[in-house]
Amino acid sequence: MRMINIAHGQFVLLGGYGAFLLVQHLQLNPAYGIVLAVAGAIVIGLPLYAAVVPRLQASRDPEMLSFILFFGIAQMIDALLIVFFGADQRSLPEGALGSGSLGLLGQSFPDSWWVAAATSLAAIVGLYLYFTRTRLGFATRAIMANREEALATGINVQRVSAIAFVIGLALAGIAGVFVPYLLGSISPDIGDGLTTTSFAVIIIGSLGNPLGTIVGGLVFGVGTLLMQTFLPSWSNLVPYALLVIIVLIRPSGLLGKSVRTA
Amino acid sequence: MKSAIAVCCVLAAAFLIAPHLYGNRSLLFSMMTFVVLAQGLNLLYGFTGYLPFGYVGFFGTGAYATSLLVLHTHVPVLGCVIIGGAGTALVALILGPLLRLSGAYFSIASLAASQILFNVVSNQDLSSITGGPYGLKIDRVYDPSASYLTMLAILLIATALSAYFRFSRFGMALRAMNQDPTSAAMAGINVVRERLIVWLVSATIAGLAGGAYAWNLSVFYPDAVFTLQISVFAIVFALFGGVGTVLGPIVGAILLYALYNAVGISAPQYFEFIYGLLIVLLVLFLPNGVMSLLTRRGVRVL
Repeated sequence: MRMINIAHGQFVLLGGYGAFLLVQHLQLNPAYGIVLAVAGAIVIGLPLYAAVVPRLQASRDPEMLSFILFFGIAQMIDALLIVFFGADQRSLPEGALGSGSLGLLGQSFPDSWWVAAATSLAAIVGLYLYFTRTRLGFATRAIMANREEALATGINVQRVSAIAFVIGLALAGIAGVFVPYLLGSISPDIGDGLTTTSFAVIIIGSLGNPLGTIVGGLVFGVGTLLMQTFLPSWSNLVPYALLVIIVLIRPSGLLGKSVRTA
Repeated sequence: MKSAIAVCCVLAAAFLIAPHLYGNRSLLFSMMTFVVLAQGLNLLYGFTGYLPFGYVGFFGTGAYATSLLVLHTHVPVLGCVIIGGAGTALVALILGPLLRLSGAYFSIASLAASQILFNVVSNQDLSSITGGPYGLKIDRVYDPSASYLTMLAILLIATALSAYFRFSRFGMALRAMNQDPTSAAMAGINVVRERLIVWLVSATIAGLAGGAYAWNLSVFYPDAVFTLQISVFAIVFALFGGVGTVLGPIVGAILLYALYNAVGISAPQYFEFIYGLLIVLLVLFLPNGVMSLLTRRGVRVL
């Protein structure tokens, strides 16, 4: 899409805090956070897209400028989260997504992790179907491949891009609902780390390839776990080191076709 | 060329006289540090279009290299700062292959590289060498006025380099590469080599600044010289003034850093919000910085 949303981690956090609000003030199950995330993505995403993207697209370097712009948005979200929620860590009630635990391969995982896994699996399958089975998905891929030609074939580039943007935000928000469970808590300062990790995962896989993203996620997860087991103090390095190493060996990602200009 | 010398003279005079008029010398020192960083970032981003988000990595590397030299050798401190700058260039050379990437992926990879440097330096297991999370202490060479002058010298070097990039044949080649690398390569410009040279120069500037900064602080934690905020400030300052010019980063850094000190210290989160908003508005409405307000009216800006 050539629009880089560096505020991704902050949108994940918004999803997390949305779920937190639901639980805290309305006593609802955090799973409703998923609905809230989708609604929020539409309410925030469409106006945001309309306000910034057409202007950026007309500028001299849309990719780089969008990167800087979303960085500014990330700073604003961070600041707002601190103003409204404080800098403390927040967590969601333990048992809200089921209190038991299910074993797999001799390890037991809390129910909330299973729900998270099922949701992300559903999201991946959904994305895959969207890209391969729907007209909108075809149009999205056409724009990713070549914007000008897509425009020339009569695809409504602005509309399709806006939808893709909203889908991206919605997925970030949905992921955010589960972050408090997977990481134990959320706080405003983890956004940048989430962003770098998610970029590491997609670059390790390869850009614009949903299957690559799964591979990237697995490489990242297994790498981090191995490091945590054998060299715990170095485990924070894993996503960054993997990112740099893979970028240097295979700039197009593990599953990518090689592309390089000058 | 004359105007570049004039700018250097004005800067030198301003920062030599300022401590006599204004008591807070450490604020002036930080301001110079950020002018240097904004200018160093401008060398790379303004002239090649490569925006290093992990620019702070070089700053931290310079700070640590210098401090370790001070602790373990008997080289005079100024020598340590210079060797520290060279050491930073070496790190940049090792990271050179990152330049294979372009656009935002370069930015993110350089951010990852700076995180790696930070994690290595602040690692508990290396406490015996780098002090780990507890930082380093070189207070036996503490000398605010010598480090102030050193930083001023680095500032003048960075400004001169920027002027050189703006007016020389080399700078012209850079601008051609920035606009269209393929055509530039066809015109006989060694794109990969020239880009690497700029990368090394830019890294060295940050390394030298880091060294002088460490000298001035004399006691610091890894977070203090590796915080992403330093990169962010450098980027915003450079953008605000206008990248690709000599004056832009200087004006941007001085104005915004002064503003930051007036508002930001007491309420950092509101300031962070204003900063974010400023970035958004700049990108949307003034992507070439405040200097472009003048160029649009036909004023030739250095």
